[in-house]
Amino acid sequence: MNRTELQEQIESRWLGQAQYGFDAQTATIEVRCTRTLLVEVCRRVVEEWDFSFAGLIVEEGASEWQLRYAFYGERGAGWMHVLVSAPLAQNVFPSVVEWVHAADWHEREAEDLFGVRFEGHPHLGDFVLHDDAWQEGVEPMRRGFDAQAAMRHRRPDTDWRPRRIVQEPGAFVMPIGPIFSGVTESVHFLLETVGEDVIRSSTRLFYKWRAVEKLAEGKTVDEVLLLAERFAATTAFAHGLAFSQAVESIGGAEVPARARVLRVYLAELERLRQHAGAIQEICESTALVVATSQAGILEEELLRVSGELTGHRYLFGLLAPGGLLCDLPTEACRRALSRSQDILRRLNELERQLSISSSFLDRIEEVGHISAATAKAYSLVGPVARASGLARDVRRTRPYGGYEAFSFDVPTETEGDGYARLRVLFAEARQSARIMEQAAAALKEGDVCRPVHVRAGAALGSVEAPRGATFHWVRLDEGGRIARYRVITPSFANWHSFHLAAEKFAFQDFPIILSTFDLSVAENDR
Amino acid sequence: MSQWVIKGIRTGIKTTAYPRGAENAAGITPGLPRGGSFGTGAAALIERCLTHALDRTDGEISVNSRRCVHCYRCVRGVEQPLNWETTYEWAGAGGVPPLTNELGRPFRRSIHVLVVDAGDCGACLNEVKQLNNPYYNMHRLGFFITPTPRHADVLLVVGPVTDQMRFALKKVYDAMPTPKRVVAVGACALSGGVFAKSFVCANGVADVLPVDVEVPGNPPPPLAILHGLLVAVGRKPPSQTPAPAGHAPAAAAR
Repeated sequence: MNRTELQEQIESRWLGQAQYGFDAQTATIEVRCTRTLLVEVCRRVVEEWDFSFAGLIVEEGASEWQLRYAFYGERGAGWMHVLVSAPLAQNVFPSVVEWVHAADWHEREAEDLFGVRFEGHPHLGDFVLHDDAWQEGVEPMRRGFDAQAAMRHRRPDTDWRPRRIVQEPGAFVMPIGPIFSGVTESVHFLLETVGEDVIRSSTRLFYKWRAVEKLAEGKTVDEVLLLAERFAATTAFAHGLAFSQAVESIGGAEVPARARVLRVYLAELERLRQHAGAIQEICESTALVVATSQAGILEEELLRVSGELTGHRYLFGLLAPGGLLCDLPTEACRRALSRSQDILRRLNELERQLSISSSFLDRIEEVGHISAATAKAYSLVGPVARASGLARDVRRTRPYGGYEAFSFDVPTETEGDGYARLRVLFAEARQSARIMEQAAAALKEGDVCRPVHVRAGAALGSVEAPRGATFHWVRLDEGGRIARYRVITPSFANWHSFHLAAEKFAFQDFPIILSTFDLSVAENDR
Repeated sequence: MSQWVIKGIRTGIKTTAYPRGAENAAGITPGLPRGGSFGTGAAALIERCLTHALDRTDGEISVNSRRCVHCYRCVRGVEQPLNWETTYEWAGAGGVPPLTNELGRPFRRSIHVLVVDAGDCGACLNEVKQLNNPYYNMHRLGFFITPTPRHADVLLVVGPVTDQMRFALKKVYDAMPTPKRVVAVGACALSGGVFAKSFVCANGVADVLPVDVEVPGNPPPPLAILHGLLVAVGRKPPSQTPAPAGHAPAAAAR
């Protein structure tokens, strides 16, 4: 369906109750509707017009709430934002989760942090702010809340017991975390069982909530760029890039050609390194020692390549709104490319060896299954979605930063199991090296940064991070400071579905399923 | 399975010479700014530093490495860049008096380390993880990661300590047998880093636990963390890099 047809449908169907608007610069359709119509509009956006849910952006204005439900379509269809507003005193909105299941966690987060209520949502409360740590009635994202003042906390409840769903003779709950296993991020799992298999699992996140969105408010663009790079630093460049894009979009700035190509080059170097790290974790979870060491060698070498080329092993301190903070010599980029290609060759060899190791395949095949229907309902992103047959990649659907000039494939698998996810990681690593090669060849001399005119406005930056699509919404005030920063991350989308993959499998499969999802807690918790 | 045995043997030895010798490979460390006497541009550089890691004392620029997050604003995009050194032996003594909590001689050759993520961004943790890969191989030095506090001699903490991790962190510390040492790793664990002064986390581990060894860096490279562990067991002297002056950690309940 094209845009004109959409406009006709929207205007004729909901005469006077929904307004259609279009922003040509960002190719965004904006539909403003009333609260009573919200659920119906959102249902049609996903069911009839086939858009996918990206995220919910709540903004508290001077006198009213504005809720922005962002959806993205396949190639060419661009963005669709459904907007609804209400006076500050009326903070109850209808929940859209019946039709847009992916909005579930977004609504829970908004309820926890803003105090906005969603009527019809089956399960609100105890999400970001843990009930056992925070007093009732704390709404930290509200305007009047002081982000720097110390908070009084509840005394930890030592009688706390995990919630139980399974009521069977002999059923028990296995709590795991938040501190568990060797070198892991802090997260808590409750696995319910009557013996061998996990019947129900639930994940408790946000132990690491650092309130990045709140801390950003009132800060300058340069200060928040540091936060964007550092809140989930294994994919620092992708998040910094999404933030920079949003700021550049507000300022109407064009990034110089050389900086565009270098950004693509570095983003793919980061993807290659992150995928090598994910592969290492998968090998480690199956206790295949030599393969773990081999993948570890490759990850460390890619970290060294990054460090030698840019000064920093995780690509910090390179991005600046309007381009890059410093130029990288073309010769060094070509050298880093040839080393990366050598590393990729060994990564391919590792894949070949893994594919004929029956003990390894026994553990990873047909575990942690995610169906295509689940992937769509949960609006999953990244390698997890692509392993379940959803060929979703922002570099394709909404090309940014010059990606349209590069040829690459979006590898997909259909099985949706752990092995499919591993194969997607290997295939994407090859595509990253392919893009890096084209980028290194396309480097032309020129400047790398054009200053951005920082002015009031709002924009969404979207980037395909190594773990999947990430969306950064930035609103700048008159003084050029951040008024609202909303970070929608791939791990937030994928953690939402993780519990489904863990159910119906034996306990010993759990760490393997977890590693094949390549989830970041820091990225989710923000 | 023989393919893996052959693969392992063919790969040969990758492990670094450190701590016996120096490691000089490229890309092993992001480096840290080095202060010293500086010309007319000093005020502008100090102004550019977004985390207030730079200061001027007696006409020289001083660097508080606890606060440096490698944003490179003092060397990139400026006409007169600050000196930058690419070392990695950064671990310094923490705020608690030495010897009060020392691990005895029996611990010098074998310790178990419990790693706790108290709000880390993932990078410090990833660098800790690298210590187990063949390039660094901490096992050869007698360092082992343990998942349980009951077996742990050293508590290695990353992240600024979020309020929702504070309780778990204290519990883990109390569950460790004495003698024990706390190693704080990364700018966030030392000063709160970019998350400093917030309603939702502490300004580093020292606000919650007594810290024995501090490893600056954002993230510190694996060799710096290794140096931190060697300092914790007394096999390497602490570096003077984290400026001892100007840091007063809040009195932590022991």
